[in-house]
Amino acid sequence: MMAGTVAINTFREAVRDRVLYNLIFFALAMMAAAVFVGQITIGIERLVIINLGLTAISLIGTVMAIFIGVGLVYKEMEKRTLYSLLAKPVRRWEFLVGKFAGLVLTLAVNTALMTLGLAAALFYVTRGFSRADTSILVAVYFILLELALVTALALFFSCFPTPMLSTLLTLGLFVAGQFSTALREYGHVAHNRALELLLGAIYYLLPNFHNFNAIGAVAHGDAIPGALILHNTLYAVLYITVVLLGASAIFANMDLK
Amino acid sequence: MVRSLDNLTFQVEEGEVFGFLGPNGAGKTTTLKCVMGLIFPTSGTARVFGRGIDDVQMHQEIGYLPEQPYFYDYLTARELLDYFARFFGYSAAEREDRVAHFLERVQLTRFADVQLRKFSKGMLQRAGIAQAILHEPKVVFLDEPMSGLDPIGRREVRDIILELKEKGRTVFFSTHVLSDAEMLCDRVAVLAGGKLQGIGSPAEIVSIEVHGMEILCDIAAGRQLPAALAAHAVRSGNRYRIQVPEAQLYGVLDQLRDSEARILSVAALRPTLEDYFIQMVEHPKGAPPAAASAGEQP
Repeated sequence: MMAGTVAINTFREAVRDRVLYNLIFFALAMMAAAVFVGQITIGIERLVIINLGLTAISLIGTVMAIFIGVGLVYKEMEKRTLYSLLAKPVRRWEFLVGKFAGLVLTLAVNTALMTLGLAAALFYVTRGFSRADTSILVAVYFILLELALVTALALFFSCFPTPMLSTLLTLGLFVAGQFSTALREYGHVAHNRALELLLGAIYYLLPNFHNFNAIGAVAHGDAIPGALILHNTLYAVLYITVVLLGASAIFANMDLK
Repeated sequence: MVRSLDNLTFQVEEGEVFGFLGPNGAGKTTTLKCVMGLIFPTSGTARVFGRGIDDVQMHQEIGYLPEQPYFYDYLTARELLDYFARFFGYSAAEREDRVAHFLERVQLTRFADVQLRKFSKGMLQRAGIAQAILHEPKVVFLDEPMSGLDPIGRREVRDIILELKEKGRTVFFSTHVLSDAEMLCDRVAVLAGGKLQGIGSPAEIVSIEVHGMEILCDIAAGRQLPAALAAHAVRSGNRYRIQVPEAQLYGVLDQLRDSEARILSVAALRPTLEDYFIQMVEHPKGAPPAAASAGEQP
């Protein structure tokens, strides 16, 4: 209830700060790509449009999640808007969950609208939809899970008083998380037990963003296994819960200067 | 390590208006932030109606105006109050009525739909007071509520405080404006260097010592004030204002009677709250001078 109220206000803030203006850029890019791809490609229009569209959705969403996310708590502390809010019957963790949910809601609306744009561009290029196109929604769902995870990390670092460092740490974890599978594989071939254990531990600690990337498979018309959908959902929920618990533990005892 | 608050213990009674006085850096805001749970004391606690500051239910019964309040500037005043009202579980209709009533109470109805980013400091202060009393809390904590307000605004805040008192609410406010404290408060506490310097009714605080006696009298034309008294007197036409030590009062009165002076008044000279305040600030009890300007860390 309390978290929901905070979430709606966070969404309203994002909308009023014209965050969704990025959609105009995305719409223009998709329109240009649709026209351009139609002219220069033969037979792979679908692949190019889906690749381009989903990559843009993921990229724009990630930039929003990081740059808005690291300011979620920091801005409230810096501007002292938190003082009046926390004097109300709101627990600190409810505030954090509300901020998280508000940004995820913003990203979901943004992603949904971009997906509509992608669908329009795809329809324009291929003159229709095929059954395989439904897997685009699975890829979009994975992107949303990824964005929620990035938001949780950004929120965690937002509790620290230096937004630049928070941005770098979130960005660093995001990049490292893209290559965490490679780390483990390197450990397997290193023939050094200690190194293998260390890299294995890092692999399990780092968020694994690699598994959320289904863009290539969807573009090629491959079906996404149901087990992967379940795995990614559980993984994201668990990881987000742990990160939010950590953020709550830190924020619960933080002095607001 | 600098202690912002040191061994600060006091109790505010239900239904009283309590003034919290002290210079900048004395620890007033720190105290209020501790009570609100915004910062945490290294030791000690605070309780409101028996509930600890970590009890979120306690916040149902309190209102808080932070010092120099700042709110979500993308919201209008109406949206801000509606947002805060949601935390108290009011229905949409209740929120609408309540928000309209309290906007009117702080004279912001005309600006209800203006975004807060366009508000002046005084208007933000009014919005802040409205959000603090929106849910009609039993205790209202106001951190420098008169700050940034023009004389009319200050009078309105005074009226709100008195209205809250009439309704049996407890008001705890920090201020630099001693006349407001003298006018409004049932009791005041003076804080300097993070330590409590004194607590009591304004009258008790200023009654701690009598400086002397002041006699106001007229001397008839052709008569002279005794030479011994002239050194202690301020003359204005035939009227004299004479300040003497309390022990010499009757002797001086005898001299004035001999001079056929007409005694208009005899009054005890007591320090004002301002005198007391300045004395406490300049010579705080048991605190080094630097502590009075220390930061706001507990």
